[in-house]
Amino acid sequence: MFEVVSNEILAENLHKMVVTAPRIARARKAGQFVMVRLAQGEERIPLTIGDADPAAGTITLFIQAIGASTRRIVDTPVGGFIRDVAGPLGKETHITNWGRVACVGGGVGTAVLFPLVKALAEAGNQITTIIGGRSSRYIILADELAPLSESLLITTEDGSLGSKGFVTGPLSEMLADPARAPLAVFAVGPVPMMKAVANMTREPGIETIVSLNPIMIDGTGMCGGCRVQVGNETKFACVDGPEFDAHLVDFDGLSDRLTSYRKEEAISHAADCKLGKEVAK
Amino acid sequence: MSNKLTPKERMAIERAAMAELAADVRSRNFEEVNLGLTPEQALAEARRCLQCKNRACVAGCPVAVSIPEFIDALAADDLPRAAQILRGDNALPAVCGRVCPQETQCEALCVRGIKGESVAIGYLERYVADWAMLHPDLLLNEEAPAATGKSVAVVGCGPAGLTAAGELARQGHRVTIFEALHDTGGVLRYGIPEFRLPKEIIDKEVAVLSRLGVTIELNVIIGKTLTIAELREEFDAVFIANGAGLPTMLNIPGENLKGVYAANEFLTRVNLMEAGRRDDCSTPIIKRSEVAVIGGGNTAMDCVRTARRLGAERAMIVYRRGEAEMPARVEEIKHAKEEGVEFVMLTAPIEILGSEEGWVSALRCLRMELGPPDASGRRRPQPLEGSEFDLPAGVVINAVGTSANPLLTATAPDLNLNKWGNIMINEEGETSIPGVFAGGDIVRGGATVILAMGDGKRAAAAINEYLKGKN
Repeated sequence: MFEVVSNEILAENLHKMVVTAPRIARARKAGQFVMVRLAQGEERIPLTIGDADPAAGTITLFIQAIGASTRRIVDTPVGGFIRDVAGPLGKETHITNWGRVACVGGGVGTAVLFPLVKALAEAGNQITTIIGGRSSRYIILADELAPLSESLLITTEDGSLGSKGFVTGPLSEMLADPARAPLAVFAVGPVPMMKAVANMTREPGIETIVSLNPIMIDGTGMCGGCRVQVGNETKFACVDGPEFDAHLVDFDGLSDRLTSYRKEEAISHAADCKLGKEVAK
Repeated sequence: MSNKLTPKERMAIERAAMAELAADVRSRNFEEVNLGLTPEQALAEARRCLQCKNRACVAGCPVAVSIPEFIDALAADDLPRAAQILRGDNALPAVCGRVCPQETQCEALCVRGIKGESVAIGYLERYVADWAMLHPDLLLNEEAPAATGKSVAVVGCGPAGLTAAGELARQGHRVTIFEALHDTGGVLRYGIPEFRLPKEIIDKEVAVLSRLGVTIELNVIIGKTLTIAELREEFDAVFIANGAGLPTMLNIPGENLKGVYAANEFLTRVNLMEAGRRDDCSTPIIKRSEVAVIGGGNTAMDCVRTARRLGAERAMIVYRRGEAEMPARVEEIKHAKEEGVEFVMLTAPIEILGSEEGWVSALRCLRMELGPPDASGRRRPQPLEGSEFDLPAGVVINAVGTSANPLLTATAPDLNLNKWGNIMINEEGETSIPGVFAGGDIVRGGATVILAMGDGKRAAAAINEYLKGKN
């Protein structure tokens, strides 16, 4: 059992939860994740370890409550327990001092990006962080990322915060300016965003790393559900990733496999809504 | 009483028939297929045993169960003693009685099988083990061993790990099992379906170990949460039994279409996560009326029979050799056929076809014929030219096998591995790291529950010797 130490709402449907998990807090490196199962009968869900405090024995999870299972996880109050937290899983991010790097985060991907930015900053990189969302309500962790970054750029689709448009806008300006062009790019967000970033950096040949979040069951390489095509090879995101060379990832294949359970998820969502209405009565 | 029967009288008794759920009923639910013997059947079956002196059956058992002895106690209607003998040799008798391939092991060597049918040793093992679970109050008390003060870490809570843990705890060592998943049993729980091995049986077998003082820590992934080096510092010895690992891909086009599962994923969803078995289950599973399972082993049978229970009208085994070459247990093949599973033999998949939306629509196959024997001694399948055909399927399950999981070994550089990534051990089961032993599928590659248990038992004996020398 893993105790919830704190649980705060960062943005609509986005929670920051701190959970007691001393062994994971000690072992974890940037880029790794945990498998979380709230209670008996619940799904196993992969969640990036946002941060860790080995002294306090806690890890920080950023959880976007979009499905029935994630909603039940974020409903766990402080002092409540999560039955299963297993990890740290996946490979750690290869961190080195490139010099100038760009870190691009879209939506909840910004939460996955946060530990990378932190590790890159500790390694002495000069970081331009670009984060985006549909509107100001979806911009997260700006205050945490700002002190780690040389500059922090925000984009929103409706222009309610930062510049109007997508994260690819500021990135393309950087790429076009030899004085600002990054030597490495880290991008985490919706698949179309990561694909767009990969396409922009392919021709100039800038090393680009993306963190993928495919469907997973065990997270230890056993089931093969998280397989993605990387170059000519089938890779398992849980053991070979979750980070890969963006220029080799088959984003369309990944995108398509992510829709495998859309019908089932819709049914489960409808059932939950119905339940909600009945409770409201 | 049993001793009063003459050999002739024993020979006259016919082998018991196992009662089963009707095929049309069971192929639509997850209840256990085999119902067990009645007390009368068990007694009569036990009396079929000739109690021969050379104990050929025991030599066929990877954990060397004292088969004639437990059967003799049963024939004398002394169930507590039968249970005590069985439990003394086998940590998981209720499991083995259900999933062991007896026809190629103990029963294959039974003298009664030479001219007729061998004694149904597996049925009797199950009978005694199930009786013991129902009558804990009547069991002969195990004397708690004196604590040795030594500690052992067991990596993995599957058949090898559970067996080793039981043996070591009975020697008085303090045992902690570390399990990566959120529940016990390893492959017994995530791999073997409920209709073959009810999860309740695993819970009860594990409870026996807990009563012996074994500690089980779930959600600890050795190689990730803790390393072998850390275990080595905290414990006097380590036994690695973390199982088989990554699914072997088919490497044919279309493998990443939606509706293509590796057997481990399909079975884990249904067995461990209960997808399709409970209405309120939050883990989904793709159900289709036509399901093709590629492979001919027990895992393939488990997948195809599970697909049938999830509602498939056409549940098919696609296997590149013939039925005689299938590695699956005879009983699994028989049960699958009774349940309406189609066997598409001498057929090899070459491509998975999909719809425009990326869903599986068919399996493109070639017909095969058997050529001369290959290195495994089985006749090598060869494609028949121009025999290409499409088998309609909405779900395709790859059950061709697994390869070693590098999760643990990647963080233990001192561990010697073979070229397939399996851990190398010496005759005592010890790895290249002193005090670290290994067994089960991480050493063997994909094998059976009972072979893993045999490894666990042998390693426990070796660890016990090792610990004695460490005073």
